[in-house]
Formats: sequence, C-alpha cells, structure tokens
Amino acid sequence: MNPFTLVASASLEQALSDFTPGSQWIAGGTNVLDLMKEGVARPARLIDITRLGLDRIEADECGGLHLGALAHNADTAWHPLVREGYPLLAAAILAGASPQLRNMATNGGNMLQRTRCVYFYDIGVPCNKRAPGSGCPAIGGLSRQHAVLGASDHCIATHPSDMCVALAALGAVVHVRSARGARAIAFADFHRLPGDEPQRDSTLGEGELITHIELPPAREFAAHSAYLKVRDRASYAFALVSVAAALAFDEAGGIRAARVALGGVAHKPWRSTEAEALLTGRQPSHENFALVADQLLRGATSQGRNDFKIPMAHRAIVRALATAAAGTALTAPNDGPGRPDLKDIA
Amino acid sequence: MTDSMNEAACARRAPSRHLLCLRINGTPHALEVEAWVSLLDLLRDRLGLTGTKKGCDHGQCGACTVLVDGRRINACLRLAAMCEDAEVTTIEGLARGDELHPLQRAFVAHDALQCGYCTPGQICSALGLQNEGQATTLDEVRELMSGNLCRCGAYPQIAAAVSEVVLQARER
Repeated sequence: MNPFTLVASASLEQALSDFTPGSQWIAGGTNVLDLMKEGVARPARLIDITRLGLDRIEADECGGLHLGALAHNADTAWHPLVREGYPLLAAAILAGASPQLRNMATNGGNMLQRTRCVYFYDIGVPCNKRAPGSGCPAIGGLSRQHAVLGASDHCIATHPSDMCVALAALGAVVHVRSARGARAIAFADFHRLPGDEPQRDSTLGEGELITHIELPPAREFAAHSAYLKVRDRASYAFALVSVAAALAFDEAGGIRAARVALGGVAHKPWRSTEAEALLTGRQPSHENFALVADQLLRGATSQGRNDFKIPMAHRAIVRALATAAAGTALTAPNDGPGRPDLKDIA
Repeated sequence: MTDSMNEAACARRAPSRHLLCLRINGTPHALEVEAWVSLLDLLRDRLGLTGTKKGCDHGQCGACTVLVDGRRINACLRLAAMCEDAEVTTIEGLARGDELHPLQRAFVAHDALQCGYCTPGQICSALGLQNEGQATTLDEVRELMSGNLCRCGAYPQIAAAVSEVVLQARER
C-alpha cells in the first residue's frame, strides 16, 4: 500500500469538515483496502467513519425502513424488519460475498464498491475507469464478466453488488450529506452508466457521505419476491447474471404491480419501468414473463465471450418472476433455484 | 504540488503512527502501529501469533479469519489502527491449556485437513458461525462456511466436523 495518514472522526459533522480533496472514507474497508493493496487506489488520507453512529436499522414514520449507511451487511440481512418486510433485500445480501466480508462491509460501502473487471484491477494495463483516456482492453478481451446493456465505447464494466440490485427493485432512496448540505437521490439516479466518464461510478460528489438508505413501504411485495443469482460456482462468486423480482397481486390473482432489476449485466443495476408495466393487470405466466424479459433486454449487445449472458438473462428473468409468483421462500440462500443438489457429497 | 501529494510526501517522511489498546485472546496489549498495518500483519509479524495464516491477503480465501468482538472477519482487510478497544480471538486463544476446543477436537476426529494451512481460519470461521446461530442444516453450514477455501479439497470432512459441533450446540 502507498503511505497514507489515517484520522478518525467522532461525529458526522466532524467527518464532513475533516474531508479534504484526496481523502477517502473508510468503514468496513473490504474494497478500499483491497484496491489500495493492488495499487488501484492511492488515497493520501483515510478518514475512519466507523464511529459516527450511522448504523441504525429501524422503521420510519412513513411505514418504510431506515437503513443506516454504516450498518453491516450481515446485520442488515438478518434483521427481523428486513427479513419480514423486505425478504428480497435479505436474499440479495446473503447471495453476495462471504459471511466474514458481510460482517465487515457496510451498506454504504457496498453501494460504492468498484467493479471487479480484471483490467481495472491490473495496473499494468490501460483502463479508462482507472486511468481516464488510456483505453479499454476489456473490449475485445476477456469479457466473460462484462456488460451487455448500457455499455459505451469507453467501458464495459459491470457493477458487482447484489444488494444494490434489490435496492433498485425496491425503489430505495439514498440520503447523503456534505459540508454543503443534505440531499436525497433516487436509487435509479445514484449509479450511472459509463458514457465517456467511466471513472465516475455514481453521482455522489466529492466530500459527500451516504448517511442512510430509505426503503419505501413494500409490504405488498414481501410475499412474492425472489433473488436469482447465476454464477460460476455455487457460492462466494460474483454474478454472471442476477435478477431481483417482486410481484404484488390483486384479489383476483392478477398482477397489480411488478418490479424487476438485473445485476451482472450493466454498469448499474438495470431496471425498466416500461418492462414492469407490461405485467400490470396480467396473469402470471411464462409468456407474460417472457415479454418482460424481451423489453428489459432490448438493445442488449455482447462482446463474443459474453454472448451467453443475453439468453441466460432472458431465462433468469422468466425463472425469477415464476419463483416470485410461487411465493417468497424464506430459506437459506443456498436453497434458491438453480443450485445443484449437494446433499449427497458430504 | 497538490494537497494530496503533499500529504503523501509527509506520510512517507513521518509515518502516520497510532497508539492502540486492544485485547488479544484475553491479554491486553498497548501498541504503536503505522496506519497501513493490517490486523493480520500485527498478529503475525509484531506479536508472533502465526497461527492466523496469510493466504491471498485480499479477503478471498478466509485463511486469516479471526473473531473481533465475537464476529468472524478477514484480518487482512482490517487496519490494526481501527481496532481500538477490540477483543480479538485467534486460533491460539481457543484451547484451554492442553484441552482442545470442541471444534479443534472435531477437526482431528473427522480428519478435516490435509496440509492444514486453511485450518485455523476454518476453525475460527466455524466459531463465528456458531456465534451467529443461523445454520440449521448441513447445507446451510456449507453455504455459511463458503468464505473459507481449502485447496486440498477437504470440504466434506470440514463440513462434517463443523456440523457436528455447530448443529449439536444448537440442539442443546
């Protein structure tokens, strides 16, 4: 790691005033320190924000949920209010990383983690995200993990988070603070597409700190949701494709509202309200779910090595919606659809 | 020169040093560490507690798993200077004298290792799993132990050893 200084802030106000250009917040540190060891990130100064008291998880006055930015991923996933009211979020968090990393990583840090593109991580090669203007060897290179939606000529990286896919589907709102004041960002506007500035993962400004995530009331979706993650090994791997799906039904058994977001396919969680609207008033069926998949994947393009992602995403969308329609399964993440049966091995 | 370059230059000349008080396996320590020292390097290089292993040093293998305040974490991704007042438990802290911890006994009984390099991390991770109390079946043990890799492939024996202790402890 490069030499750096470390300061610990005792309060949110102190942290915001402690911030100077070139500083980097650190909480769980699971991505920041990894990037620093690789030489990808070289901050001159780290500001320890673990003691700011931003770790509360509690019901808010609007019937939704307040998720502290510094609550750990594990505490969020296992929290009774999350398990009962937002099982889609619990399932997505538990599908990501490992128990040790989930014990360390925070909700704000999860949102701000960087792509795991192998070229981004290799400081010996060009990368527009790491060194703007240097080029993108992933285009025409090892693109198995890379984007099929929303990519640009400058960058085809994907956002690696599972948690964010569920937050996108649930319509979360991100609350941030800086020395300049507070603002709220709709989840769809928090992460950005690479365009010609792939070095910017999100719309968070320098010196801004996520204080909490607001989940709107979602009781109607709790009984019918599913997170499906397709990956190269059964656990502890990043998604090739993932789908967060949630359905709300009317009394006659028709679909009143649908939510679908994709992970592993773009620079941000991919959601289309036009695609979701196709299910309103319809019956749950393979054919109707396929219409959603067609619309969500409209305009998808691949690089050769990731051609498989487009049909895989199509089938995963249909399967996740069918699983959600059958009812939320409140079981361990490894019991989800698509996992090989390992019972006989041990 | 920018402010950040100035700061980096200063950090090279005068390392950012931090006074740190923490307890490791019940023993209080008062130490001075540079900002960039990981908890893993503190344990191994400064305190000689080499039971905790350095595998990947990037949070991918789990060999460095220790417990901080009863929770399992990757010691390679935690700055020591951020462990003020922490209670750290390493593999050296599990046995009572010559009496092995039940998880250590189970690993011996099930022959749950070949080279043994991942074993301290596996056992500390299993203790963290037991503290979390979320595993109720063998499949859940396998999933919730997935942060610990074993290149020898002793997974069936590891899962059996961990399940024997963690699932039985639940039943009691």
